[in-house]
Amino acid sequence: MSTTRPEKIRINDLHAFYGESHILHGIDLSIGQGELVTLLGRNGAGRSTTLKAIMSMVGRRTGSIVINGTETISMPAHKIAHLGMGFCPEERGIFSSLNVEENLMLPPAVRSDGVSVEEIYDMFPNLYERRYSQGTRLSGGEQQMLALARILRTGANILLLDEITEGLAPVIVQKLAQVLLQLKERGLTILLVEQNFRFAAPIADRHYVMEHGHIVEEVYAHELEAKTELLNTYLGV
Amino acid sequence: MATFLGINLFGLFGQLLVGLINGSFYALLSLGLAIIFGLLKIINFAQGAIYMLGAFGAYLALQYLGIGYWAALIVVPLVVGLLGILMERFLIRPIANEDHLYSLLLTFGVALVLQGLFTHMFGSSGLSYAIPDALKGGTKLPFMYLPNYRAWIIIASLIVCVGTWWMIEKTKLGAYLRAGTENPALMQAFGINVPLMVTLTFGFGVALAGFAGVMAAPVYSVSPDMGSNILIVVFAIVVIGGMGSIGGAIITGLGMGIVEGLTKYFYPEASNTVIFLVMVVVLLIKPAGLFGKEA
Repeated sequence: MSTTRPEKIRINDLHAFYGESHILHGIDLSIGQGELVTLLGRNGAGRSTTLKAIMSMVGRRTGSIVINGTETISMPAHKIAHLGMGFCPEERGIFSSLNVEENLMLPPAVRSDGVSVEEIYDMFPNLYERRYSQGTRLSGGEQQMLALARILRTGANILLLDEITEGLAPVIVQKLAQVLLQLKERGLTILLVEQNFRFAAPIADRHYVMEHGHIVEEVYAHELEAKTELLNTYLGV
Repeated sequence: MATFLGINLFGLFGQLLVGLINGSFYALLSLGLAIIFGLLKIINFAQGAIYMLGAFGAYLALQYLGIGYWAALIVVPLVVGLLGILMERFLIRPIANEDHLYSLLLTFGVALVLQGLFTHMFGSSGLSYAIPDALKGGTKLPFMYLPNYRAWIIIASLIVCVGTWWMIEKTKLGAYLRAGTENPALMQAFGINVPLMVTLTFGFGVALAGFAGVMAAPVYSVSPDMGSNILIVVFAIVVIGGMGSIGGAIITGLGMGIVEGLTKYFYPEASNTVIFLVMVVVLLIKPAGLFGKEA
């Protein structure tokens, strides 16, 4: 599937370390433009670390990470976003010393055609109503919307999203699924770390299954049914 | 003599004025410390020495370069800020990943070196710097005589403090700074050059001390130990206000100046210790400081 589309992310033999601990052991993956790909796996399998390694937020990383045709393995961390990357961390990263609007406007634009502030407030009316509230006073769902809206505004067209449904009410999870499908229609490329398989399965094109810092399986959407047994073993559901 | 309920108003207002002047310097210095602590998480022990450097900068600029007070007020903080940038880049950054205790000791060492160097070159007796012509003289108010230069100190430091507060709390640049204080790694992932921001912030915090030094040159004696004397009080003020609060640093600085001034009038014997007494009380009641966030 990815072979027919321009490649947005290609990772070869990626190793990542925090201090002395060796977390990723040679990851290979590739994501084409407009694809929505998930990283599945148990806690501690290295899924979040993979996203952080792409953003150069780990202690040390080796191998190759090509984003939009540019090798980034030795690039300073602050330059990576400007290749069109948007990162939404697991803990959401809403700044408590900034109000909602300041949080929204904080990340600098990385491309010119970001989602406008009006469009964002249309998409998430709650954020508009609470734009002068302290960022961390929002509900969990609203904070997640804000964390997502914040990187959409920058024009990022490759999104790395870490556990965005964690701890949220089903109605909000549904809303997030809608938003991700809208973004996919716009041609954005999304790499999603997700625990909630039922959220990820209907919207993703492909899944990578991780275990102990390795990618152990690649599953296309159309193979899901055939490989259910296998996935259950890996994910322990 | 004007009195009210047995209080000598001339004396009271006079001491209040001295308190406000001292408070202005406390505010400028603790503001710089708070800004640096916020982003770098280090306590800059060299802040006092840099204040001294600012005063000497003004003195030397006048003696050897013919640069007068007004130009020095701009040029000296810039030069001092640049020295701060070099200090952050080449001394502090190499040990930034170590325990913050190391950078604290490093800045303490820098302070001792600077103070020793200036004592060696200029002796410890102190030099005088004339009040600029435009600010000579004073105004007679109903209860006191207000020297123009002292009024200028209060106004100028208020402008600089409020301007800095506004920049940090109300502008985009300040939002970067506040966010960088909270989560520098995420700011990098958003595409912000955090190491550059750290360097410039250190430079700015240090430049504030340089500015205070130039302001102080005409009122205090320009001497190598002027920094270490004031720094101890400023540290107590930072503890009272709470580390990392910008507005808190300013308000506490001015407030403690006034408390000191009032004590000088009502019970002069305690005037040198009153700030430390307040510190003890605040630490007992609110350990994070008056404006600090509880951990």
